[in-house]
Amino acid sequence: MGSRHEIEIVVNGEPRRCGTAARTSLADLLRDTLGLTGTHLGCEHGVCGACTVLLDGEPVRSCIVLAVQADGHAVTTIEGAGGPDGGLSPVQEAFCDAHASQCGYCTSGMVLATQALLEERPRPTRAEIDEALGGNICRCTGYVQIREAVERAAEGSGAR
Amino acid sequence: MKPVDFELHRPATTAEAVALLAEHAPEAKVLAGGQSLLPLLNFRLARPEHLVDLGRIAALAELRRTRDELVVGAMVRQARAERSPAVAADAPLLAAAFPNIAHPPIRNRGTVGGSLAHADPAAELPAVARALDAVLVAAGPAGRREIAARDFFQANLMTVLEADELLVEIRFPRAAPGTGASFQEVGRRSGDFALVGVAAQVTVRDGVVEEARVCVTGVAPTPHRAAEAEEPLTGRPLTEARLAAAADALRAAIDPSGDLHAPGEYRRDVAGTLAVRAVAQAHRRATEHAAAAA
Ligand SMILES: Cc1cc2nc3c(=O)[nH]c(=O)nc-3n(C[C@H](O)[C@H](O)[C@H](O)COP(=O)(O)OP(=O)(O)OC[C@H]3O[C@@H](n4cnc5c(N)ncnc54)[C@H](O)[C@@H]3O)c2cc1C
Ligand code: FES
Ligand code: FES
Repeated sequence: MGSRHEIEIVVNGEPRRCGTAARTSLADLLRDTLGLTGTHLGCEHGVCGACTVLLDGEPVRSCIVLAVQADGHAVTTIEGAGGPDGGLSPVQEAFCDAHASQCGYCTSGMVLATQALLEERPRPTRAEIDEALGGNICRCTGYVQIREAVERAAEGSGAR
Repeated sequence: MKPVDFELHRPATTAEAVALLAEHAPEAKVLAGGQSLLPLLNFRLARPEHLVDLGRIAALAELRRTRDELVVGAMVRQARAERSPAVAADAPLLAAAFPNIAHPPIRNRGTVGGSLAHADPAAELPAVARALDAVLVAAGPAGRREIAARDFFQANLMTVLEADELLVEIRFPRAAPGTGASFQEVGRRSGDFALVGVAAQVTVRDGVVEEARVCVTGVAPTPHRAAEAEEPLTGRPLTEARLAAAADALRAAIDPSGDLHAPGEYRRDVAGTLAVRAVAQAHRRATEHAAAAA
């Protein structure tokens, strides 16, 4: 029999306490226990980036992090990316403006990876954008609009 | 898919971790960053009954320097070491290797010790450890032992670590003044495991290559330390002819097998080409470093 654990994590700014099986991934905890289904699962082995969330502000693959490994840490999902009023973040606006999302399956991961990149480098070069998002696979857009969205978001953040 | 059920242990000290491994080996596995292990669990290619999570053992996440060595705790995350000024200064080859490992989100979780213990034949860090003659320190029920990188890697995904042993730290000799490094690889896409990769570190003094270290990943079950390529480079100024001779010697010394991604002949040829690029860039950086220090 597997073990169960009580964990405490701060999800999108809110402290949460929950029980979880040892084998449960952070992605499954978010989706199935906490109902935050904006985190998408594609490959479940770390290759596609769809499940990207921020763990203490850094992008990680939530399909290959155990929920228990997030105990005591802060997680940001796409549900927490927008403003407190439910409005879109500047990064999300830029994705809309640049038509950087089609089916949307990769978009939560793309937006969060972009958010983390711009926190660290408000004015990223093309190479830095490609490095930061290179592990996020999109079947739809061809990536050109995604790169443009990141550039637009960076310009927007520079103007403020 | 999802992993089979397992019992997760979360020790606070290395001693507790060793005791747990001793109690549950061989049904127990160590969990570090999980970036290789959790995909294996998700696919049920591994079905351990117990996992011993090292994430709470603060002592394993230390990064420090002694007079002669850079000491990297097994649980130091790859992204943290990549950004560390101490790593860049003391082990420039280690610093040069990180950008080639996967993508940033994987390096945010993956650890230095995890990559070495996993011992993938195409991984970068085992080649770095071999090139630098790093010392790997393991802890087990009988205490600690030091293992030379030369002896650590046994076969594809196999090391000399026992089932009840834990890698605790890796000691890299600190680079001398006038040292430069380069890691060159080819893969199918950026972020993929390399088809072939070459680690090179060069130390120059008065225009002469005092020391050249070359190690190749992806051409054998364990990293190939290319003594045959180092020899023609050492004790002389670097010239194109000597670089070419080193590359030829390397190509003659390896016999990589092919797979569906690339035939062995291609790997052999490209290993020589990457060695030329890596040594040339390491030499350029070493020369700049020597000039800056003078
Ligand atoms: C999409 C993707 C791409 C990748 N690309 C690359 C790449 O290009 N190059 C590359 O080198 N790696 C790559 N990796 C693997 C990555 O670098 C892993 O982080 C690394 O191989 C394992 O480190 P970890 O800390 O995640 O270890 P884990 O996954 O936790 O453990 C790996 C293995 O090592 C054992 N282990 C871990 N730590 C210890 C210890 N201290 N003592 C004893 N045993 C231990 C575990 O029991 C397990 O068997 C990739 C991974 C993914 C998901
Ligand atoms: S679902 Fe996690 S990386 Fe693909
Ligand atoms: S928008 Fe469809 S996968 Fe990216």
